[in-house]
Amino acid sequence: MNRFDYVRAASVAEAVAAWVPGASFLAGGTNLLDLMKGDIVRPSRLIDITRIPGLDSIEPLADGGLRIGALVRNSDLARDRHVSGTYPALAEALLSGASGQLRNAATTAGNAMQRTRCAYFYDPASACNKRDPGAGCDARGGDTRLHAVLGWSAHCIATNPSDFCVPLAALDAVVEIAGRSGTREVALEAFHTLPGDHPETETVLEEGEMILAVRLPPEAAGFAAHSRYLKVRERTSYAFAVVSAAASLRLAQGRIAEARLALGGVAAKPWRAREAERLLIGRLPDAAAWTECAAAALSGAHPSGDNDFKIDLARRLVATAFARAAAGTPDRLPALPASPFAVPVVSSGVHAFA
Amino acid sequence: MSIPVALTINGRRHALVLDDPRVTLLDLLRERLDLTGTKKGCDRGQCGACTVLLDGRRVNACLALAVSHDGADIVTIEGLAESCGLEPGQLHPVQSAFIDHDAFQCGFCTPGQIMSAVGLLREARSDPNLDDDPERVRELMSGNLCRCGAYLGITEAILDASARLRDAGAEA
Repeated sequence: MNRFDYVRAASVAEAVAAWVPGASFLAGGTNLLDLMKGDIVRPSRLIDITRIPGLDSIEPLADGGLRIGALVRNSDLARDRHVSGTYPALAEALLSGASGQLRNAATTAGNAMQRTRCAYFYDPASACNKRDPGAGCDARGGDTRLHAVLGWSAHCIATNPSDFCVPLAALDAVVEIAGRSGTREVALEAFHTLPGDHPETETVLEEGEMILAVRLPPEAAGFAAHSRYLKVRERTSYAFAVVSAAASLRLAQGRIAEARLALGGVAAKPWRAREAERLLIGRLPDAAAWTECAAAALSGAHPSGDNDFKIDLARRLVATAFARAAAGTPDRLPALPASPFAVPVVSSGVHAFA
Repeated sequence: MSIPVALTINGRRHALVLDDPRVTLLDLLRERLDLTGTKKGCDRGQCGACTVLLDGRRVNACLALAVSHDGADIVTIEGLAESCGLEPGQLHPVQSAFIDHDAFQCGFCTPGQIMSAVGLLREARSDPNLDDDPERVRELMSGNLCRCGAYLGITEAILDASARLRDAGAEA
């Protein structure tokens, strides 16, 4: 680990004022310290934002939305009764990620800022355009089980590892950002960027900007009765997604009034599938609808290596996620959150993991 | 650079001065305070051997900078029983259950397993999604690796300790 200056910020204004080129903001540190220990990132200064008051609250808003502070711990958010009851796919995604210890430390903002788990990015002996722009990409032609099938470029095929951001993208979450010139907002769907010619750029954050909160709009509460997050991984637990899907439905008179779909593990960002969502509107919630929607969601997919299996896997997972969502959000979170292999839990229509 | 850090560890207040902000909570416990019960396995947050209770919650001490946790209350395996009001020499119910169920072989991961289990049982008090389902226990202990493969005994020990604590109306 490189040497760095340590600055403890007492306010957001102090934190953004302390920023210098090469600095990083420190919250839970679960990803940042790991990357520093591997010499993958070498921040010149760490600006500790964990003491800033007011960033750790979960606030239901007057308009029916929800504001999640940057420092809210993943475990606190997942166990909040209002959150698990109103946004069940969010709780399921959070609890399917990392381990109990990591969820107790990891934060809302840190989750959105976590770096790819591409093994070539993590290995300083491998060429990586993300770590060392222009160096090349050893993942191409390498082991690509965890790599992208959507939105990748010749320069980078890495995926975003977040579970949490997948239902956030599906639910039209908004990221509140602070910088020296004030605050601004960006849709979570537009927060992470595709690699293109610049895989070293991963978000739309400008230099010195930090996340203040993530907000859910009032409409996000309309999917509580029919929402699931499903995740296929190499191990039963404590593993990143090979492919994941957040599927939410609003049903009216036995038909689909509105659908939301986002995929994880397939691209450098949580992949919202808006065209595929639209195909479901007005349809009966049946297998034919899911198959058609799944095909549309992956219509632009191309293997980035020996990973064409992921495209079919993602289609099947989308269909399964919608079928489970249509059957109703289970009353209790499954023992293995997000596992497509868990025995489906009967829903009483109470639809709260609480 | 000298950085003052005050920590309460196993009920005792320590006023320390760090010469480097890179010191993790894990290295501080082991190298500065000789509390070697907390183990360094992977040092990357993957194995759980370094699990401690930080302000009552289980975390990986290897991924926590000591300086960032100035003022925190930390409980390690050495102070677990006393932190629950037990006399010196007495075992915490989770420690006893690990012995009863032969929940270890080499013992290296055991302090982390026990601290993680205590954290899990405390989380269970406020989490309706936790109960005495072995599948849930295995899932919630997946951040603790045991290379000897004592998982069967570990799961049994946690379920047993959970039941004993519940019957006694006690907290972990």
